[in-house]
Amino acid sequence: MAETPFVPSFDDDASSGRKLAIICSKGNLDMAYPGLILANAALGEGIETHLFFTFWGFDMINKKTMHDLKFSYLGNTAMHPPGMFGVAMPQGLAGMPGMTAMTTKMMKKQIADLDVPEVPEFLEIIHASGGHLWACRMSADMMKLHEEDLVDGVEGIISASDFMELTDGAQLLFI
Amino acid sequence: MSTTTIAGRQIEVNEEGFLTDPTVWDEQLGAELARLIGIELTEPHWAIVRFLREDYAVQGETATLRRVHTQTGTPMKELFTLFPGKPAKKMSYVAGLPKPKGCV
Repeated sequence: MAETPFVPSFDDDASSGRKLAIICSKGNLDMAYPGLILANAALGEGIETHLFFTFWGFDMINKKTMHDLKFSYLGNTAMHPPGMFGVAMPQGLAGMPGMTAMTTKMMKKQIADLDVPEVPEFLEIIHASGGHLWACRMSADMMKLHEEDLVDGVEGIISASDFMELTDGAQLLFI
Repeated sequence: MSTTTIAGRQIEVNEEGFLTDPTVWDEQLGAELARLIGIELTEPHWAIVRFLREDYAVQGETATLRRVHTQTGTPMKELFTLFPGKPAKKMSYVAGLPKPKGCV
Protein backbone atom coordinates (compact mmCIF):
# COMPACT_ATOMS: atom_id res chain seq x y z
CA MET A 1 0.00 0.00 0.00
CA ALA A 2 1.28 3.48 -0.85
CA GLU A 3 2.23 5.70 2.10
CA THR A 4 -0.18 8.51 2.95
CA PRO A 5 1.31 11.78 1.67
CA PHE A 6 2.28 14.36 4.30
CA VAL A 7 0.01 17.32 3.61
CA PRO A 8 -0.42 20.59 5.58
CA SER A 9 -3.49 20.52 7.81
CA PHE A 10 -5.33 23.61 6.64
CA ASP A 11 -8.76 23.05 8.09
CA ASP A 12 -8.64 20.53 10.86
CA ASP A 13 -6.49 22.39 13.36
CA ALA A 14 -7.38 24.53 16.35
CA SER A 15 -8.45 27.49 14.22
CA SER A 16 -11.70 25.88 13.15
CA GLY A 17 -14.39 27.54 15.21
CA ARG A 18 -11.93 30.21 16.41
CA LYS A 19 -13.44 33.68 16.72
CA LEU A 20 -11.79 37.08 17.16
CA ALA A 21 -13.36 40.33 18.32
CA ILE A 22 -11.46 43.60 17.90
CA ILE A 23 -12.65 46.81 19.51
CA CYS A 24 -11.30 49.86 17.67
CA SER A 25 -11.55 52.92 19.92
CA LYS A 26 -8.96 55.27 18.40
CA GLY A 27 -9.14 57.62 15.43
CA ASN A 28 -5.44 58.35 14.93
CA LEU A 29 -3.85 57.01 11.77
CA ASP A 30 -1.25 54.96 13.65
CA MET A 31 -3.86 53.45 15.95
CA ALA A 32 -6.20 52.52 13.10
CA TYR A 33 -3.78 50.07 11.53
CA PRO A 34 -3.16 47.46 14.26
CA GLY A 35 -6.83 46.42 14.29
CA LEU A 36 -7.08 46.36 10.50
CA ILE A 37 -3.91 44.36 10.01
CA LEU A 38 -4.81 41.82 12.68
CA ALA A 39 -8.36 41.49 11.35
CA ASN A 40 -7.05 40.92 7.84
CA ALA A 41 -4.55 38.33 9.08
CA ALA A 42 -7.21 36.53 11.11
CA LEU A 43 -9.56 36.34 8.10
CA GLY A 44 -6.76 34.90 6.00
CA GLU A 45 -6.43 32.14 8.61
CA GLY A 46 -10.13 31.30 8.42
CA ILE A 47 -10.95 32.92 11.77
CA GLU A 48 -14.41 34.47 12.19
CA THR A 49 -13.63 38.15 12.80
CA HIS A 50 -15.74 40.99 14.20
CA LEU A 51 -14.67 44.63 14.52
CA PHE A 52 -16.53 47.03 16.79
CA PHE A 53 -15.90 50.73 16.24
CA THR A 54 -16.45 52.96 19.24
CA PHE A 55 -15.68 56.53 20.34
CA TRP A 56 -12.80 57.92 18.28
CA GLY A 57 -12.67 54.64 16.38
CA PHE A 58 -15.80 55.95 14.64
CA ASP A 59 -13.53 58.16 12.56
CA MET A 60 -12.32 54.98 10.85
CA ILE A 61 -15.79 54.19 9.47
CA ASN A 62 -17.27 57.69 9.16
CA LYS A 63 -17.28 58.52 5.42
CA LYS A 64 -16.39 62.13 6.25
CA THR A 65 -13.26 61.34 8.27
CA MET A 66 -11.99 57.91 7.20
CA HIS A 67 -9.91 59.24 4.30
CA ASP A 68 -8.19 61.78 6.47
CA LEU A 69 -6.97 60.18 9.70
CA LYS A 70 -3.96 61.92 11.14
CA PHE A 71 -0.79 61.08 12.97
CA SER A 72 0.78 63.30 15.61
CA TYR A 73 3.70 62.31 17.81
CA LEU A 74 2.62 64.70 20.53
CA GLY A 75 2.84 62.68 23.74
CA ASN A 76 4.64 59.83 21.98
CA THR A 77 8.20 59.84 23.29
CA ALA A 78 9.10 56.82 21.14
CA MET A 79 8.93 58.93 17.97
CA HIS A 80 12.11 59.21 15.94
CA PRO A 81 12.68 60.31 12.35
CA PRO A 82 12.36 57.34 9.92
CA GLY A 83 15.36 55.04 10.29
CA MET A 84 17.05 57.31 12.86
CA PHE A 85 16.73 55.22 15.99
CA GLY A 86 17.79 56.95 19.18
CA VAL A 87 17.26 60.43 17.71
CA ALA A 88 14.56 62.16 19.74
CA MET A 89 12.01 64.52 18.22
CA PRO A 90 11.35 67.51 20.49
CA GLN A 91 7.82 67.22 21.87
CA GLY A 92 7.29 70.97 21.58
CA LEU A 93 7.79 70.75 17.84
CA ALA A 94 4.88 68.33 17.49
CA GLY A 95 2.48 71.08 18.46
CA MET A 96 3.71 73.55 15.85
CA PRO A 97 1.34 74.46 13.00
CA GLY A 98 1.77 72.14 10.01
CA MET A 99 3.61 69.46 11.98
CA THR A 100 0.66 67.01 12.13
CA ALA A 101 0.14 67.36 8.38
CA MET A 102 3.79 66.63 7.79
CA THR A 103 4.04 63.60 10.09
CA THR A 104 0.77 62.25 8.66
CA LYS A 105 2.11 62.54 5.13
CA MET A 106 5.33 60.79 6.12
CA MET A 107 3.53 57.92 7.82
CA LYS A 108 1.10 57.50 4.90
CA LYS A 109 4.04 57.26 2.54
CA GLN A 110 5.77 54.63 4.63
CA ILE A 111 2.57 52.58 4.78
CA ALA A 112 1.99 52.92 1.03
CA ASP A 113 5.59 51.89 0.33
CA LEU A 114 4.78 48.54 1.93
CA ASP A 115 1.75 48.22 -0.39
CA VAL A 116 -0.53 48.34 2.64
CA PRO A 117 -3.84 49.95 1.67
CA GLU A 118 -5.27 53.17 3.10
CA VAL A 119 -7.98 52.83 5.74
CA PRO A 120 -11.09 52.95 3.47
CA GLU A 121 -9.69 50.36 1.06
CA PHE A 122 -8.53 48.20 3.95
CA LEU A 123 -12.07 48.17 5.36
CA GLU A 124 -13.41 47.18 1.94
CA ILE A 125 -10.93 44.29 1.78
CA ILE A 126 -11.83 43.13 5.29
CA HIS A 127 -15.52 43.23 4.40
CA ALA A 128 -14.94 41.34 1.14
CA SER A 129 -12.87 38.77 3.03
CA GLY A 130 -15.87 37.99 5.22
CA GLY A 131 -15.06 40.26 8.19
CA HIS A 132 -17.93 41.80 10.15
CA LEU A 133 -17.94 45.55 10.85
CA TRP A 134 -20.12 46.92 13.65
CA ALA A 135 -20.69 50.47 14.88
CA CYS A 136 -21.26 51.40 18.52
CA ARG A 137 -24.78 52.63 19.32
CA MET A 138 -23.72 55.05 22.07
CA SER A 139 -21.01 56.65 19.92
CA ALA A 140 -23.47 57.05 17.04
CA ASP A 141 -25.97 58.72 19.37
CA MET A 142 -23.32 61.00 20.88
CA MET A 143 -22.03 62.07 17.47
CA LYS A 144 -25.50 62.14 15.90
CA LEU A 145 -24.43 59.75 13.14
CA HIS A 146 -26.61 57.28 11.24
CA GLU A 147 -25.97 54.23 9.07
CA GLU A 148 -25.88 56.37 5.92
CA ASP A 149 -22.92 58.30 7.39
CA LEU A 150 -20.88 55.12 7.72
CA VAL A 151 -18.86 53.13 5.20
CA ASP A 152 -20.90 50.57 3.27
CA GLY A 153 -19.50 47.40 4.85
CA VAL A 154 -20.84 48.29 8.32
CA GLU A 155 -23.56 45.75 9.10
CA GLY A 156 -25.28 47.73 11.79
CA ILE A 157 -25.20 50.14 14.70
CA ILE A 158 -25.46 47.92 17.74
CA SER A 159 -25.27 48.18 21.51
CA ALA A 160 -22.35 46.97 23.56
CA SER A 161 -24.45 44.08 24.85
CA ASP A 162 -25.41 43.07 21.28
CA PHE A 163 -21.70 42.95 20.50
CA MET A 164 -21.05 40.78 23.56
CA GLU A 165 -23.72 38.35 22.37
CA LEU A 166 -22.32 38.28 18.83
CA THR A 167 -18.82 37.54 20.03
CA ASP A 168 -19.67 34.81 22.51
CA GLY A 169 -16.56 32.66 22.97
CA ALA A 170 -14.33 35.00 20.95
CA GLN A 171 -10.83 36.13 21.78
CA LEU A 172 -10.91 39.88 22.29
CA LEU A 173 -8.59 42.75 21.51
CA PHE A 174 -9.13 46.34 22.67
CA ILE A 175 -7.24 48.91 20.65
CA MET B 1 12.61 18.60 6.44
CA SER B 2 11.27 15.24 5.33
CA THR B 3 10.34 13.39 2.18
CA THR B 4 6.86 12.33 1.20
CA THR B 5 5.40 10.55 -1.81
CA ILE B 6 3.05 12.66 -3.90
CA ALA B 7 1.78 11.57 -7.31
CA GLY B 8 4.27 8.70 -7.22
CA ARG B 9 7.19 11.10 -6.74
CA GLN B 10 9.50 11.62 -3.80
CA ILE B 11 8.97 15.22 -2.73
CA GLU B 12 10.87 17.11 -0.02
CA VAL B 13 8.61 19.06 2.31
CA ASN B 14 9.14 21.23 5.39
CA GLU B 15 7.68 20.62 8.85
CA GLU B 16 4.30 22.01 7.73
CA GLY B 17 4.18 19.97 4.54
CA PHE B 18 5.06 22.77 2.07
CA LEU B 19 7.43 21.92 -0.77
CA THR B 20 10.98 23.01 0.02
CA ASP B 21 12.10 23.22 -3.59
CA PRO B 22 9.76 25.17 -5.92
CA THR B 23 11.65 23.92 -8.98
CA VAL B 24 10.35 20.34 -8.66
CA TRP B 25 6.82 21.62 -9.27
CA ASP B 26 4.92 21.09 -12.49
CA GLU B 27 1.23 21.45 -13.28
CA GLN B 28 0.57 17.75 -12.81
CA LEU B 29 2.01 17.95 -9.30
CA GLY B 30 0.01 21.15 -8.69
CA ALA B 31 -3.23 19.37 -9.55
CA GLU B 32 -2.34 16.56 -7.13
CA LEU B 33 -1.39 19.00 -4.33
CA ALA B 34 -4.77 20.69 -4.81
CA ARG B 35 -6.60 17.35 -4.74
CA LEU B 36 -4.85 16.43 -1.49
CA ILE B 37 -6.25 19.55 0.21
CA GLY B 38 -9.71 19.04 -1.27
CA ILE B 39 -9.60 21.47 -4.18
CA GLU B 40 -10.38 20.54 -7.76
CA LEU B 41 -8.58 23.05 -9.95
CA THR B 42 -10.70 24.94 -12.49
CA GLU B 43 -9.45 27.57 -14.93
CA PRO B 44 -9.80 30.48 -12.43
CA HIS B 45 -7.71 28.45 -9.93
CA TRP B 46 -5.06 27.86 -12.57
CA ALA B 47 -4.91 31.57 -13.40
CA ILE B 48 -4.03 32.30 -9.76
CA VAL B 49 -1.54 29.44 -9.49
CA ARG B 50 0.22 30.48 -12.70
CA PHE B 51 0.36 34.09 -11.51
CA LEU B 52 1.95 32.94 -8.23
CA ARG B 53 4.56 30.90 -10.10
CA GLU B 54 5.44 33.75 -12.46
CA ASP B 55 5.49 36.34 -9.69
CA TYR B 56 7.71 34.15 -7.51
CA ALA B 57 10.16 33.71 -10.39
CA VAL B 58 10.49 37.50 -10.64
CA GLN B 59 10.14 38.64 -7.01
CA GLY B 60 11.83 35.72 -5.29
CA GLU B 61 9.08 35.53 -2.70
CA THR B 62 5.49 34.36 -2.62
CA ALA B 63 2.87 37.02 -3.32
CA THR B 64 0.62 37.93 -0.41
CA LEU B 65 -3.13 37.71 -0.85
CA ARG B 66 -3.30 41.46 -1.35
CA ARG B 67 -0.68 41.29 -4.08
CA VAL B 68 -2.60 38.50 -5.84
CA HIS B 69 -5.73 40.63 -5.56
CA THR B 70 -4.16 43.82 -6.92
CA GLN B 71 -1.96 42.23 -9.59
CA THR B 72 -4.53 39.82 -11.06
CA GLY B 73 -7.58 42.00 -10.43
CA THR B 74 -9.36 39.02 -8.85
CA PRO B 75 -11.90 40.22 -6.27
CA MET B 76 -10.95 39.29 -2.70
CA LYS B 77 -14.26 37.49 -2.27
CA GLU B 78 -13.46 35.23 -5.22
CA LEU B 79 -10.02 34.37 -3.80
CA PHE B 80 -11.74 33.21 -0.62
CA THR B 81 -14.21 31.15 -2.71
CA LEU B 82 -11.53 29.52 -4.84
CA PHE B 83 -9.27 28.67 -1.90
CA PRO B 84 -11.59 28.62 1.11
CA GLY B 85 -10.50 29.10 4.72
CA LYS B 86 -6.85 30.00 4.39
CA PRO B 87 -6.54 31.28 0.81
CA ALA B 88 -2.97 32.61 0.88
CA LYS B 89 -1.53 29.42 2.36
CA LYS B 90 -3.63 27.09 0.20
CA MET B 91 -2.79 28.78 -3.09
CA SER B 92 0.91 28.91 -2.30
CA TYR B 93 0.87 25.23 -1.33
CA VAL B 94 -0.81 24.28 -4.60
CA ALA B 95 1.74 26.40 -6.50
CA GLY B 96 4.56 24.55 -4.75
CA LEU B 97 5.82 27.75 -3.10
CA PRO B 98 6.60 28.74 0.50
CA LYS B 99 3.74 30.43 2.34
CA PRO B 100 3.87 34.24 2.00
CA LYS B 101 5.96 36.17 4.51
CA GLY B 102 4.23 39.55 4.34
CA CYS B 103 1.59 40.65 6.87
CA VAL B 104 -0.83 42.17 4.36
